[in-house]
Amino acid sequence: MATGLNPSYFIALSAALFAIGLYGAISRKNAIAVLISIELMLTAVNINLVAFNKFLTPEAFIGQIFAIFVITVAAAEVGLGLAIVIAIYRNRKSVDLDDFDWMKW
Amino acid sequence: MVEFALRHAWLVPLLPALAFAMIVFLTRPWPKLSSAVSIAAIFSSFVLSSAIAYGVFTNPAFIEKPLVYSLRWFGMEGFTVHVGVMLDPTSTMMLFMVSLVATLIQIYSTGYMEGDPQYSVFFSYLSLFAASMLGLVISSNLLQMFVMWELVGLCSFLLIGFYTFKISAREAAKKAFMTTRIGDFGMLLGLLFLQIVFGTLDLTELTQRVPAYEQFGISLGLLTLIAILLFIGPIGKSGQFPLHVWLPDAMEGPTPVSALIHAATMVVAGVYLVGRTLFLFAEVPGAMEVVAFTGAFTALFAATIAITQREIKRILAYSTVSQLGYMMLALGVGSLSASMFHLWTHAFFKALMFLGAGSVLHALHHKADVWDMGGLIKKMPITGWTFVVGGLAIAGIPPFAGFWSKDEILAVTMQYATHGHIMGYLLFFMAAFTAFLTAFYMWRMIFLAFFGKEKPENHPHESPWNMAFPLIVLAVLSTVGGLIGTPWANYWGEWIHFGQPHHGEPAIGLMLLSVFLGVAGIGLAYIFYYKDEEKQRVKQLAERYQTLYRISYNKYYVDELYQWFTRSVVDAGARVLYWFDIHVVDGIVDGLAGITRTSGKGLRYLQTGKLQTYALVFFLAVLVITVVLAFGNPTSAGILGGGK
Amino acid sequence: MENIYSFIAFILLSGMVLGSALLVVTLKNLVHSVLWLIVTFVGVAGIFLLLNADFVAAVQVLVYAGAVCIMIAFGVMLVQRIDMANSNSVNWRFKIAAPLVGGLFIVIGLLTARAQWVAAGQEVPEKTVQNLAPILMQDFLIPFEVAAILLTVALTGALVLVKEVKANGDRS
Repeated sequence: MATGLNPSYFIALSAALFAIGLYGAISRKNAIAVLISIELMLTAVNINLVAFNKFLTPEAFIGQIFAIFVITVAAAEVGLGLAIVIAIYRNRKSVDLDDFDWMKW
Repeated sequence: MVEFALRHAWLVPLLPALAFAMIVFLTRPWPKLSSAVSIAAIFSSFVLSSAIAYGVFTNPAFIEKPLVYSLRWFGMEGFTVHVGVMLDPTSTMMLFMVSLVATLIQIYSTGYMEGDPQYSVFFSYLSLFAASMLGLVISSNLLQMFVMWELVGLCSFLLIGFYTFKISAREAAKKAFMTTRIGDFGMLLGLLFLQIVFGTLDLTELTQRVPAYEQFGISLGLLTLIAILLFIGPIGKSGQFPLHVWLPDAMEGPTPVSALIHAATMVVAGVYLVGRTLFLFAEVPGAMEVVAFTGAFTALFAATIAITQREIKRILAYSTVSQLGYMMLALGVGSLSASMFHLWTHAFFKALMFLGAGSVLHALHHKADVWDMGGLIKKMPITGWTFVVGGLAIAGIPPFAGFWSKDEILAVTMQYATHGHIMGYLLFFMAAFTAFLTAFYMWRMIFLAFFGKEKPENHPHESPWNMAFPLIVLAVLSTVGGLIGTPWANYWGEWIHFGQPHHGEPAIGLMLLSVFLGVAGIGLAYIFYYKDEEKQRVKQLAERYQTLYRISYNKYYVDELYQWFTRSVVDAGARVLYWFDIHVVDGIVDGLAGITRTSGKGLRYLQTGKLQTYALVFFLAVLVITVVLAFGNPTSAGILGGGK
Repeated sequence: MENIYSFIAFILLSGMVLGSALLVVTLKNLVHSVLWLIVTFVGVAGIFLLLNADFVAAVQVLVYAGAVCIMIAFGVMLVQRIDMANSNSVNWRFKIAAPLVGGLFIVIGLLTARAQWVAAGQEVPEKTVQNLAPILMQDFLIPFEVAAILLTVALTGALVLVKEVKANGDRS
């Protein structure tokens, strides 16, 4: 596999996707956009898991199993996250995260 | 039955303990039922104890080899504590005596405490006390004994302060508890030393290990220290000088309590403990001398106080202190036999006299001053004549019980003196003089209270049968209880002894001396307080030796000395420490709190509540830490870089 | 030759993933972001295929590209009724966030470049589903069931959270 694909490519891809997601999560105003960005970060992690599964432990399938669990939990997280955003929106008429700062001193 | 009792000796303390639990949780609302439960339990214990006594005293093998059985209580690496039962003649005698006296006194209490709103509670305490005392007696282990020791102390506290509405009773309870605590602390230190040095607190093992103390790497000096620390416990518990101050005040409790706890049983626990650990004291002559002199001094000291006291129970209390001193003296000169013998007879006659005093107080509605009494014997014949028996016993008139045991103590003290201890003659003199004083002050009380002119304002009446019955039983025991240990047929000495049994020839001379001292004391009391109807002579004497009279009447001002000591020295120390606490300790704590508060006030503005800022800072930190770890230090590069 | 094809496929898929992801986090219209998110997820599914993870790829398309994205689209519709065109602006942090994520990417890249891989020397078996199923249903049975419970709880919780609250605080 000297010339073919090696884990570095996938890690680089994953890192790039993670970085993009992180940028979104930190810099977007809209709460739903932040949720989307978090999904991007989770997907980046999944790429890592599946890639390591292929290159390091192909027989064991641990990486793929983990990816499936991550997808499951992510689905649950999106559901709850959206519910919270909607509930807050009802009360505050806003989805800007910077307005949600009442958990401070 | 006997075999069962021997194998199940733990039932003896357990039954009263169960009675305690039952009264507390079930039968408290029904006073009669509570007392019935309590008496049934203690009587069963007495029956069991009798069976045990029969088993032990018919089998001479017990003298050399006590019956011991135990359970593992708790343990850790290199340290295991067992609870168990140890039956030898000494503990069996105590078991029998305690359960007998406790049974009689509980019966007496049904009359004395009748109508008291706390009747059930009183019997629950008595049961708890009986359980702890019996548990203490059969302990095979010093730690177990210490636990029981504290439990009897607790019962004593509860019962002294039983009349909680009386301030003096509450104060006396506190005083008793704290004074004995001082002793218990010393004892605890002694136990710790024993455990550390010998690795066990088991009496059987200690008996084997202590004589070979040099193999355990300690000197005679340290062993003396251990013995004296251990002795501080009995000083507190058995009212020895200088911790005797609580015992007279303990008379604030109901009279049956004074009889049971502060005369017959609990206060002799100290004597019993020293007797049990005599193998340790016997190794160190220094400690033995301390025990002997403490005992002799306490005996004399308390006797000189007793001659001027006016309250009937106080006189008896000082007499108790004095007699406990005798027992300690006997132990100090090395005779377990004489000490235990006096303990045995003293339990009967002193319980008898306390119960008689209770009967008098009951009849006179708690008028306690003997000078206000007089001629009571006509109206209260049973109380009066049994009291006279007690008086004869304590004065040492043959053939009453006290004569034999006191004579035995005088004999062993004399023997101690003639075997090369010059100071022994001083001890003997103190003991003999105390014997004279004892007879004098006891009969002073008897003549004042029971004989002479009746006081018209008193309307005494004889006590009911449930109070009279224990008096009669105890009077019989005070009469014949000493016959098992006469010098001509010393069954007692053969069964209960430490080292070789004492086989002295009957010392007729000593006996005559002791009878003479007793008769002289009674005679003097007779002249002063019976023949001289107006008591002119004693009043003149008191006038002439006013200072001496005052010192004695005020108990040598020991209480005042302690008061002064606590007021000035302890309080001054406390004030210094208080200042230190307020300004230094609190200052440090307040300062720390202040720093925390101030920094918190400043730092809280970092908490903006904006989640994305947190995430930003978090990942910045992640980046910095990763860079530092991965690239900053070449040696740590392997952790993250995977490089060589 | 297969290496070349898969390499080309990787390049194309990576471009698709990263490009659409960049659009997701930069577009001003939130609905567009969500649509580009679907493209990203489909691209990632392709990457999974490239990594011989057929089943995960299928799950990715079904769960992410299908369910999750549609759910998010609904969420957007529920909360953003006016001014959709400007619904996804950035806040002041992007100036710091951009260099931060750039730095993060570079650090990971450097670390990856330094890494030395020990290849397993084996290939992922062809029939992924047949191999995956026993593991999931036997070794990972309890986590699997827990995940099911988690989903149930999460959906119930979401329902409770978004239920209309009356003025008097009554949720029923």
